[in-house]
Amino acid sequence: MKRYSAFAIAREAARYHSGWERAWRSPEPKKSYDVVIVGAGGHGLATAYYLGKNHGITNVAIIEKGWLGGGNTGRNTTIIRSNYLQDESAAIYEKARSLYENLSQELNYNVMFSPRGVMMLAQTEHEIRGYKRTEHANRLQGIETRFIGPKEVKKLVPIIELNGPRYPVLGALWQPRGGTARHDAVAWGYARACSDMGMDIIQQTEVTGIKQARGKVTGVETTRGVIACKKLGMVVAGHSGVLADMAGFRLPIESVSLQALVSEPIKPCMDVVVMANTVHGYMSQSDKGEMVIGGGADGFNNYSQRGSFHHLEETVRALIETFPIVSRLKMLRHWGGIVDMTGDRSPIISKTPLGNTFINCGWGTGGFKSIPGSGWAMAEMMATGEPGDLAAGFGLDRFREGRFIDESVAAGVAH
Amino acid sequence: MLILTCPNCGVVADETDLHGGGEAHITRFGADASEGDFESYLFHKKNPRGVHFERWRHVYGCGKWFHAARDTVTLEVFGTYSAQTLTPPKALQNKIKKKRPDWEGFKK
Repeated sequence: MKRYSAFAIAREAARYHSGWERAWRSPEPKKSYDVVIVGAGGHGLATAYYLGKNHGITNVAIIEKGWLGGGNTGRNTTIIRSNYLQDESAAIYEKARSLYENLSQELNYNVMFSPRGVMMLAQTEHEIRGYKRTEHANRLQGIETRFIGPKEVKKLVPIIELNGPRYPVLGALWQPRGGTARHDAVAWGYARACSDMGMDIIQQTEVTGIKQARGKVTGVETTRGVIACKKLGMVVAGHSGVLADMAGFRLPIESVSLQALVSEPIKPCMDVVVMANTVHGYMSQSDKGEMVIGGGADGFNNYSQRGSFHHLEETVRALIETFPIVSRLKMLRHWGGIVDMTGDRSPIISKTPLGNTFINCGWGTGGFKSIPGSGWAMAEMMATGEPGDLAAGFGLDRFREGRFIDESVAAGVAH
Repeated sequence: MLILTCPNCGVVADETDLHGGGEAHITRFGADASEGDFESYLFHKKNPRGVHFERWRHVYGCGKWFHAARDTVTLEVFGTYSAQTLTPPKALQNKIKKKRPDWEGFKK
């Protein structure tokens, strides 16, 4: 792999950019691999990357039904934060956030990580208490967050309306090291690095069945034939239930549609991420100038990658209350992604009833921010056969044992 | 916008008048159940790509519960029916089978 650098740009500029190579190969699948990972989204690719980098396992195939990063990886609102209440969540999201800080250098691919700060508005007395509790928890967890008053909110976000028609802004939980990154670039960067280690990324290939013998998986049936494997990783987010069904076990997951939208590009007006959970809306500005807006999830099972219009109406109403200057913005696009929701709104990184099969799912509405940490923990479990410290709390058995990692209250709408 | 006809009061209701209640026809287990059964009852909901039977409540209307059969991929509604039943009505099952020949049929 040729490295990207300022020198490379200069070199290619001098020869009409004829020397760039493809970022990753598109090989024919081999008959057999040590590890097969189903799902080439951020989490699947990160799992493969850390399998190679941390554990030296490179005979790996990543199988993708559509195109690389075309599912939820390309559909989220790119927010990165780690100000969670529970210790297990804080640990894995903070691991992810800290890996994001050096990801561009590590992958030699610009993921445009922008630690611009994430602000979660407190608009009721209850929310103030909740966020102060999170602030104290974060201090014990070693995560830098601060509860700030309305004056500081206004200073950081001049376009905000502190005295909206329904809920005043009473303060905010502020994580200065949170921010955003370019979601596609995260998938592309990991894919390039995986391909460089000799891993095969097999796109446009759907898994249609899972071959088993004596309680273990021996391979996967795909639209391009059978691919044998010694270990299988399932990392398919919204479609985890479908894959688990093929393997013969059930997951505590329901799939719903979560929507987002972007506006036309405008001049820079807001350089932090703002989440308003009481009125249900959150917004940041992309480097192109579009306002990136996250909405709510539907209240029913849905695989259609589109959601109900009234949720968009609620989201836009909330944002106009909070940022009156956006009231005349035109919206360019809106879309939905299928998110996999668990009962306690925390993910699953777990062994399965099939000995050599591992599953990583249930990230629900909070998947993008966790990609590097999730891949790190999943790779550790797949390499050693047992969950490490990061993954230990996120096993499937927690639902049987009632040992929940309850983030449903802490996360609110914008997980 | 999802639109369902409430079989209790006959009103054609928008999604905003309704509240989803999750999978229908689940077997309830009590305190004397095994851990596996209780876990399954609480968490292992069917999450199919395709035909799904679910509970709905007409919250901003008559307030009563009913059941609906829906396709989770196309969002097509096959029909709604009374909640006072343990299985979907045969006529509705036949209607779905006609529209979705690949459907494996209703399973508990």
